[in-house]
Amino acid sequence: MLAKRIIPCLDVNAGRVVKGVNFVELRDAGDPVEIAKRYDDQGADEITFLDITASSDDRDIILHIVEAVASQVFIPLTVGGGVRQVDDVRRLLNAGADKVSMNTAAVNNPQLVADASARVGAQCIVVAVDAKQTSPGRWEVFTHGGRKNAGLDAIEWARRVESLGAGEILLTSMDRDGTRVGFDLALTRAVADAVGIPVIASGGVGNLQHLADGVTQGRADAVLAASIFHYGEFTVRQAKEYMRERGIEVRL
Amino acid sequence: MSKVVVVDYGMGNLRSVAKAIEHVAPTAEVRVSSAAAEIMAADRVVVPGQGAMPDCMRELAARGLRDAVVRAAAEQPFLGICVGLQMLFGHAEEGNVMGLDILPGRVPRFPEAAMAAADGSRLKVPHMGWNQVHQAEAHPLWDGIADDARFYFVHSYYVEPQDPEVIAGSTHYGIPFTSAIARANIFAVQFHPEKSAQAGLRLLGNFMRWNP
Repeated sequence: MLAKRIIPCLDVNAGRVVKGVNFVELRDAGDPVEIAKRYDDQGADEITFLDITASSDDRDIILHIVEAVASQVFIPLTVGGGVRQVDDVRRLLNAGADKVSMNTAAVNNPQLVADASARVGAQCIVVAVDAKQTSPGRWEVFTHGGRKNAGLDAIEWARRVESLGAGEILLTSMDRDGTRVGFDLALTRAVADAVGIPVIASGGVGNLQHLADGVTQGRADAVLAASIFHYGEFTVRQAKEYMRERGIEVRL
Repeated sequence: MSKVVVVDYGMGNLRSVAKAIEHVAPTAEVRVSSAAAEIMAADRVVVPGQGAMPDCMRELAARGLRDAVVRAAAEQPFLGICVGLQMLFGHAEEGNVMGLDILPGRVPRFPEAAMAAADGSRLKVPHMGWNQVHQAEAHPLWDGIADDARFYFVHSYYVEPQDPEVIAGSTHYGIPFTSAIARANIFAVQFHPEKSAQAGLRLLGNFMRWNP
């Protein structure tokens, strides 16, 4: 049986791993290669790098990091942040990424999803959907790290990117991100049920129960978390053992 | 020194395959090549592949590598990965194209109607993530790998060999499907050993030591 995936996420700023709380305060958490190796040893199913480097001068640093990680860590790597054109996708894949994630660029230019998918295959294209609840049962898509409302219904947008050729959706609740109170399960379930491609739940994980809930109640195919792993509160292995005890299929 | 060529026909993450082989066989010469002569002179040949089958078949022909791959599959220790497995067969549903037709069989898509989990939720396509591979037979490439070990998959199509004798491994996702085949000097897998952590590295190491 296919295992539910646990994916540690590393926010990378100018070559260092950081984790923002509510996308504002940044704390330094270390060297990306070292951290990726540690997660691989713990049994992570994939690793996601989110490049939050603001300065365009430092944009290429992420390529070197991906190269260094890919030559030492033999599990799938997803990279997102700052992807604007098909060429950016190509460069990241050539550096050793397996999947490339895009958010703002996809909203501004949906054709990019179609073009990139046609060029490199749907299995390499992840669309990151950052969603915020605007009224009961309605979530809207935000871009620019949660600062700008794109005026799109999150569920409709998820269906749209699937039809454009996305291979997977990385769904982040902007209401929950950094809060550690758990995933927005209603949002996760609504999107997971709406599309035929895998959905990764993200935003709000504070304990292991939250990860299990994302799969059982949110019906996510994979769960992503950052801070609970970075600061050594839990290992990925502990998370998997916890999920297995609750009857969830995991790779251990 | 053993020389292995990873066939470059413009499709897929070749660097990952090459890096993983270098990791398990540090003394081997690992080349990523699109030169037919170099492929034919290699001790071992790896054919990876990602993306759509019609694109892969077109690129293989456009680069003049079709004959070299067919010859490698006939003579050299040969490892096919993902589309590198699928192209060994005949008709592919994806794009309605023919593969190399070295092994009889076809390459259908996961049937929509069968894609439901026990709890009624939808099984997503692509089949993406870590699934178990049941070993149909003992084989040098399975050496040291537990039966039902998990490997990383990402695909929407699968192979359906006509001859059950070639099946070396199978996996269940909505339906049971063939996830590894073996015949003489050929071993080919639907999953990505280069992305499958310890089990995958072990399989690549076994391939580098294999003398069919």
